[in-house]
Formats: sequence, C-alpha cells, structure tokens
Amino acid sequence: MNTIEETFHTQRAFVAYFCAGDGGNDYSIEAALALEKGGVNILELGVPFSDPVADGFVIQEAAQRSLSGGTNLSDVLAIAQEIRKQSSIPIILFSYYNPLLQGGEAFYKAASQAGVNGILVVDLPPEEAGTHRLYLERYQLSGIFLVTPSTPSQRLEELGNAGAGFIYYVCRKGTTGVKTDLPSDYEEEIIRLKKYISLPIATGFGISTKEQAARALAGKADGFVVGSAFVRAMGEKASSEELCQLAQSLDPR
Amino acid sequence: MITSLAEVSPEKKASLFQRQFGRFGGCYMPELLLQSLEQLLEDYSRLKDDNSFQEKLKQTLCHYAGRPTPLTEVKRFSQAISGPKVYLKREDLLHTGAHKLNNALGQCLLAQHTGKKRIIAETGAGQHGVATATACAYLGLDCVVYMGEVDIKRQAPNVKKMKLLGADVRSVFNGSATLKDAINEALRDWTNNFENTHYCLGSALGPHPYPQIVEDFQRVIGEEVQKQVIDYGFTQPDLLIACVGGGSNAIGLFAPFLENSQIQMVGVEAGGEGVDTSRHAARFATGRPGVLHGCYTYLLQNEDGQVLPTHSISAGLDYPAVGPHHAQLFEEGRVSYQAVTDKECLQAFRLLAQSEGIIPALESSHALAYLIKIAPQLAKDCRVVVNLSGSGQKDLPQVLPLLEKELS
Repeated sequence: MNTIEETFHTQRAFVAYFCAGDGGNDYSIEAALALEKGGVNILELGVPFSDPVADGFVIQEAAQRSLSGGTNLSDVLAIAQEIRKQSSIPIILFSYYNPLLQGGEAFYKAASQAGVNGILVVDLPPEEAGTHRLYLERYQLSGIFLVTPSTPSQRLEELGNAGAGFIYYVCRKGTTGVKTDLPSDYEEEIIRLKKYISLPIATGFGISTKEQAARALAGKADGFVVGSAFVRAMGEKASSEELCQLAQSLDPR
Repeated sequence: MITSLAEVSPEKKASLFQRQFGRFGGCYMPELLLQSLEQLLEDYSRLKDDNSFQEKLKQTLCHYAGRPTPLTEVKRFSQAISGPKVYLKREDLLHTGAHKLNNALGQCLLAQHTGKKRIIAETGAGQHGVATATACAYLGLDCVVYMGEVDIKRQAPNVKKMKLLGADVRSVFNGSATLKDAINEALRDWTNNFENTHYCLGSALGPHPYPQIVEDFQRVIGEEVQKQVIDYGFTQPDLLIACVGGGSNAIGLFAPFLENSQIQMVGVEAGGEGVDTSRHAARFATGRPGVLHGCYTYLLQNEDGQVLPTHSISAGLDYPAVGPHHAQLFEEGRVSYQAVTDKECLQAFRLLAQSEGIIPALESSHALAYLIKIAPQLAKDCRVVVNLSGSGQKDLPQVLPLLEKELS
C-alpha cells in the first residue's frame, strides 16, 4: 500500500470522492479501480450519512440511494478491503462524525485492518476530536482536516499541525457540488495557506472541469479533489470505461 | 503526538468548545461555519450584558409581543381529571400564538444589532417560522424559512401566515421532509451566506452557543411563573410539566427553578403510536447519545449511527434529537422524561377545549395528556404548572377530521 505522503511526493494528487455503496458494493469497487486507471491517485470513500449537512444535492441523493440500498458501516469497510486487495491506492474515509462515534474504537481498528489510510470527518473540528485522534494514532490512520477561506491565519497553523497526510482546502463557501469557477482570489488564498501549513494541500468543493483542476494546481495546490462530478456519473450508472474516461478528461496533469 | 488545539490557543478556543451541559452539547460543525459561530458567541456574550439591548428586548416583549402572559388556574379541567391544582402558563396568548416569539425576537434583535439583514430559520410546526417571519416584518429584515414538505402539508395555516408576513417559505423534500431536514437545509443555506445572514435557530439545540442563547431567551417563561404564583397565594409550584421536542419551551419554564430541588419537573416527549413501535419521537425512551446538528445529545439512531425517522401527530415534537441541556438533566435525574401517545394527546386536546375554552397546540397537549395520566396519584393540594406552549388554532385542519371520526 502507498502512503498518502508517498503519493504527494511522487506526483500532484488527483483525489476522487464517491459515496460508498451507491449502486451496490461491487459497483463501488469497480468504480474505484476505474477511477485509478483514469489517473486518480487518492480515493475518498464517502461513508453515507442520513443527514449530510455539508453536502449539496448530488451527494445527498447518492447517500440516500446508498442507505436505501442497505449500505452499512461493514459494507463500507468491505468495499475498502476489496479495493485494497486489488490496488495500492491510498484510501481515505470521508464521513460525518456520528457513524464513527457509534462505531467506536472497533470501527477504527477494522478500518485500519481493511487497508484504509486516513479519515476525514467533515463535522468534527479538532477541538472536539480528542477520542477520534486517539484512535487515529492508535491504529496508524491519518487525520485529514479541512481549512476554508474564512479560516483565520492562526487557526490555519493549528489545523496544519493537527492534521496528517494532507490538508483539504474547501476553496469556497457553501456545500459540495458542481460549480462554474474557482473564486477570483484563489491564488492569493493558496499563498496564505502555504505560509502556515507545511502539509500538502488538496483543493476541493466545486471542481468539475479540467480548467478548474488546472487552475487549482497552477495556483500551487498539491492536489485537487473531484466529488460531485463522479457521484453524478455514478448515479447514472456510468460504466467503468466511462468513469475512467471521465477521470482522464478532468486530469490536467 | 496529539496536541489539543485548546492548549495551543486557550484564550479564544476555550469558549466555543467549552461544554455547557455536562458531557452534552459541543460544537460539531463543518469548519466553514466555525467563524460564524464564534462571531455569534462573541456578539451574544457582549449583548447579554448590554443594558440597552436587554431593555430594548424587554420593551419589545412587553409592548409588541404581549408579555407577561397570564398564568391561568383551570379548575374545571382539574375537576374533570380528578386532579390537583392546575395552572397553565399561557404562551398560547403570546403574539403569534406560541412561545417561539420570545426567541425569534431576541435573535432577530441580536441580528439587527450586528448588522445582519437576512434571517434564515427552520420550522416544524410552523410556529417558529411564523414567529421569525413576524420578528423580521417588525424589524425590517429579510426572512427565509425552510420547512419539510410533510410539515407544510399538515400545518397549512402557518404556511399561509408566513407568506403573508413576507417570508420566503422554501419546501424541503429531502430525507424525511420534516424538521430535521429543514434544519439540514437551513445549515446549508448558512454555509453559503454566513457573511450577511443570521441563522435564527428555533429550539434549544444545535451547536454551541445556540442551546444557551435559546434557553436564555425562553427563560422569561419560568421567571414570570416565579412571580405569578405569588398572586395565587403560594411561593413555589410543586410540579412543572412541559412538552419536549427540541425542548425550548420546557427549558424556558424549568431553567429558573432548576436550583430548587423541592420542585419536580417532567418533560413529555412524543410517544407517537407507542414507544414499543418504530413510530414515535421518544429520544429518552429508546435513544442513546450521538451527534446531530452540531451537538452531542440523546438521539434516535440505528446501530450504525444513522438517524432514524420519527413520527408524531404533532409536527413540533417530530424530531430525532433533543436539546443538550435536557440530555444532561435526564442523566442527572433532575428532570423526568415521559412519553404520551398521539391518541392520549388528542384526548387532552379535546378535554381542555371543552372544559376551559382553551384550544391547546398538539405539542402542549402532550404535557396535558401526561398530567391526565398521573392526576389520580397526585395529592389534591399539589400545585402543578403546565406550560401551554402554544395555541391549537394551527392544528384545527389536521385535528378536526380526526376528532370527528372519534366523536361520531
């Protein structure tokens, strides 16, 4: 298995998010491998949650489809484990806090054993994350934290120190979703972030075109994240070939 | 090596992440909203001690909203249930017909003071939506209300009122299309618009500092009761009963009395079709602690931490979590939490109407229904205060067909 650090060391990262179990466990596994073939080198496996407040419509719908289809936490880990058997791509679980809280230490342990590299929790500020970080450390999982344009400089430094693997830069306000352009002051923001954060930075929220991805990287981010565009395609049952081509068509590297 | 952020910058972070309610509460929110919450905490802490703000709020509650609301002794109701002495705190007589206006006016005044011109709110029964729309009309603020599609259907009169008051009512189709989904959607709006928008959360829940803010603004209910019982010739009630959805009317009544251990308190949850079925909203009966909408509290959830759908005849109690202060009071045993069913609620609804000429909200009818249940065991001279948190006018289109079936 590659570590997140190694991946960023070798190449700038193309991070793909999709909602685990949407379309069934087998489809999630196929999709992950197809996306990797298309150039993706870090995978964010979304843990479906009943109340995804940070997500826009596309991912909300995917989570609901996945949960209605019966996806549970064990399925998510089974998907991760099967991907791990067939690929060395770093896998990050992208979750809301309550499922992890209810899963408890056993869940972190099982995630680690399944070959998961890190966990990102969208509604868990590090100040509330004492137990979470204890389990991450105990089971050698990276804790990915998020920063935003409204995060003050001092806090950037704190989050940079608290995190591991990389920092997820939420480059705009609002929820996840397909947007038209990156914010006009994106480049200055990355310069500000880099002053305080030594971890690699991956830019996400709203990136759905090659041009946006190119600008994200040209602005000196170490990687970019595409979520809703893949989720939408998977909601339409895109084939492995189509997902691979979609990834290739979005990759500016 | 794990370093706590609180250690890195104690002076600032300590406040937003300080637990207010034992192990419950907290601020589990996306990073995008933390600055807004911190700003809200700062603004609120300042205005809480600002005499001119507090005076303005007091005047507005008095001359616009109609405070103090009466405390009414209901002798015929008491007789009908062979019960103790019963006093109703008449929040149904507050402008807009429910206690929600106390908080909506407080928060909208706060928003006005801090220069926020746009207000968003969620609503279940529609009472908080109407209260917020009213406060916005009164203060000249823009108002957007999110409401689940299921609730829009069962609370039609309130939807019409909100629109008349100038609010933009947005229907929420996602999830169970009830209160929790309306909160989800309001939070999403807030992450898009936090620079110019205040989120006027309607119950004593959500991320810190909301549970504290809402409790403080509702505390006036209990403070008035403290004074009003003296007019009836006693110094303190023996028992307080209030319904608990998110729990703002209950905590508003309870808060000033919590220190006095002689006073018993009961919070009444929605038992729906029975707590042994899957169709209820009794968090303390079958839930366990978890995180929803920014706070750690009792929550109806499956073993994977997915939030369960709830059911109640009353939209205002149809919510899977509960305010974190109630979670603390439950675990400490300070307040007893009980559930009554839809059917018991309807019986109480009718009995109060026919014995006293007061039509209670379905939410408040839960508190009355619990009193009816325990009345035979209470001493005749026991003094019970029930928070009549709202009027049942809004419920008539939903309730009348149900009662007709029963009456015919």
